[in-house]
Amino acid sequence: MSQAAEVATGMQELESAPIRGMWEDTLRRLLRHRVAVVGCVFVFIFVAVSLLAPVVAPYDPIKADFQAALKKPSLEHPFGTDHFGRDVLSRIIYGARTSLLIGVFSVLIAAFGGVLLGLVGGYMGGWLDNLIMRIVDVSLTFPRILLSILLIAIIGTGMENIMLAVGIFAIPTYARLVRSSVLVLKETEFVEAAQAIGGSSRRVLFLHIFPGTLGPVVVQSTFLIATSIRVAAGLSFLGIGVPPPTPEWGTMLADARSYMALAPHLLAIPGFALMAVVLSFNLLGDGLRDALDPKLRR
Amino acid sequence: MVEYIARRVVLLIPVLIGVSLVIFLSIRLVPGDPAEALAGEFADEEYIAEIRRIYGLDQPLHVQYGMFMKRALQGDLGRSILSDRPVLGEVWSRFLNTLQLAFWAVLLATIVGLLAGVISATNPYSKFDYGSMAGALLGISMPSFWFGLLLMAFFSVYLGWLPAGGKGTAAHLIMPVVTLGLTGAGLIARMTRNTMLEITGSEYITTARSKGLASGKVHYVHALKNAMLPVITVIGLQSGYLLGGSVITESVFAWPGLGRYIVEAIKLRDYAAVQGSLLFFALTFAVVNLTVDLLYAIFNPRVRYGGSGE
Repeated sequence: MSQAAEVATGMQELESAPIRGMWEDTLRRLLRHRVAVVGCVFVFIFVAVSLLAPVVAPYDPIKADFQAALKKPSLEHPFGTDHFGRDVLSRIIYGARTSLLIGVFSVLIAAFGGVLLGLVGGYMGGWLDNLIMRIVDVSLTFPRILLSILLIAIIGTGMENIMLAVGIFAIPTYARLVRSSVLVLKETEFVEAAQAIGGSSRRVLFLHIFPGTLGPVVVQSTFLIATSIRVAAGLSFLGIGVPPPTPEWGTMLADARSYMALAPHLLAIPGFALMAVVLSFNLLGDGLRDALDPKLRR
Repeated sequence: MVEYIARRVVLLIPVLIGVSLVIFLSIRLVPGDPAEALAGEFADEEYIAEIRRIYGLDQPLHVQYGMFMKRALQGDLGRSILSDRPVLGEVWSRFLNTLQLAFWAVLLATIVGLLAGVISATNPYSKFDYGSMAGALLGISMPSFWFGLLLMAFFSVYLGWLPAGGKGTAAHLIMPVVTLGLTGAGLIARMTRNTMLEITGSEYITTARSKGLASGKVHYVHALKNAMLPVITVIGLQSGYLLGGSVITESVFAWPGLGRYIVEAIKLRDYAAVQGSLLFFALTFAVVNLTVDLLYAIFNPRVRYGGSGE
């Protein structure tokens, strides 16, 4: 049996057992948190719309139709059209996909790098830990957006580069977070026991300590998806993010600036979409944090 | 205390050297040859070589870094390749503009954030509490450039009351400051409320109450003073964030600050300008962080006597 399958059956056994596991417990408490449920529902809609973009979008988001430029919202175009005559609703739907991709992948990059650095640094200690933490300190001296802009100047614009530029500078946040959990977990009795029965460093670190750091990492990731989506939109707004004609909310807002008096809906709609998505991830993160906080356990 | 300050200041030096090295190297990684860009499309090889020599671009990297650091310490950050003026002067005047914007924004964020946080904490689960916390969450989630654009659409385009961009009168400051300040107030409000509530539940507050102190005195003298610690940290972080976040807000309102300058410099591959402004940013953040740590030490004697600077 493969390890993954073993873990899967293990999880099933845990779930069927009368004693609730940490994650099920968390889920129950999350569902009791009304505001978090609202966030959860919106995140779900956002993800569903992104995945089903080709099915739910009424028009081609890229093809221009100058005959229909700058139309106000109507039955035909519920959110109106932009200066190229493109349907704004369709561009919002495909833009959701762009944002979700950037949000998720940049956070995956950050979480992977940061968790690894935090685990190794915190567990090993010594010069390696010192080196990692000094680099973390220096990089936290700068605001992320500035570093992202600098990296984009070096590697160029484009979807993958934005993911990298936004993700890479969230690594220090994870490294610090995970390291502090590891420092606490390292001193616990179950880790000592694992070491005492001869578990290798790697085994103790990844099998015993790593799961203990997951809670804060999940909470942080939820907040960071929100931040990453906002930062990426900001970069596109500055004209150094996702290049046109890819539908992107930040770019749509930058374009809307020229038609503020003529077509205010171009300004209102993408901004609202962006805010709603960022807000729902933040709400979900708040709920998860409370649900995972042992101090608030009832 | 003096020893503590001295140690913190000395610790800044290796960090700033590291930062300058990173800045220097990353700028060299930017593709595109500035000498060729400067010489223009039809320049011959000799002219390009001449420009390389003048700007020291023909030297090996470590020599270039040495030259850069030596001059930087003497206050010479090089000449902007584009405007052919000393970078220090340009960066300095842009920096003052950013500082002006950030100062008022931090002030606004602190006043609004503290007020909302304290009133929420002293009336928990009231209508005001729910309202201000919803507002705070909105402030955290609202992309600042959208908020800025909405203000602009309403107050400049629709009402025509405020100038849409640029710098000059106090009226030019209003919208950028409100944009930055209100989006920054959210975190401060949340932090203030949560720490104050936590402290209100602690034993010494019960003691203060039970010995018959007026509830106002309990809240504002005992609870607020201790709640200041994390709040100062957040305000410090927000100051750094507002300085950096000004990049986007400055672009929205065409404010001639350092953030906008650096974006333009990167787009135009103006090495000296990018280096100079990044160094300025780094120095400012270092000073802001140091100030926060020192304030922390003043408010929290444990840090002062605790030994390690961690």
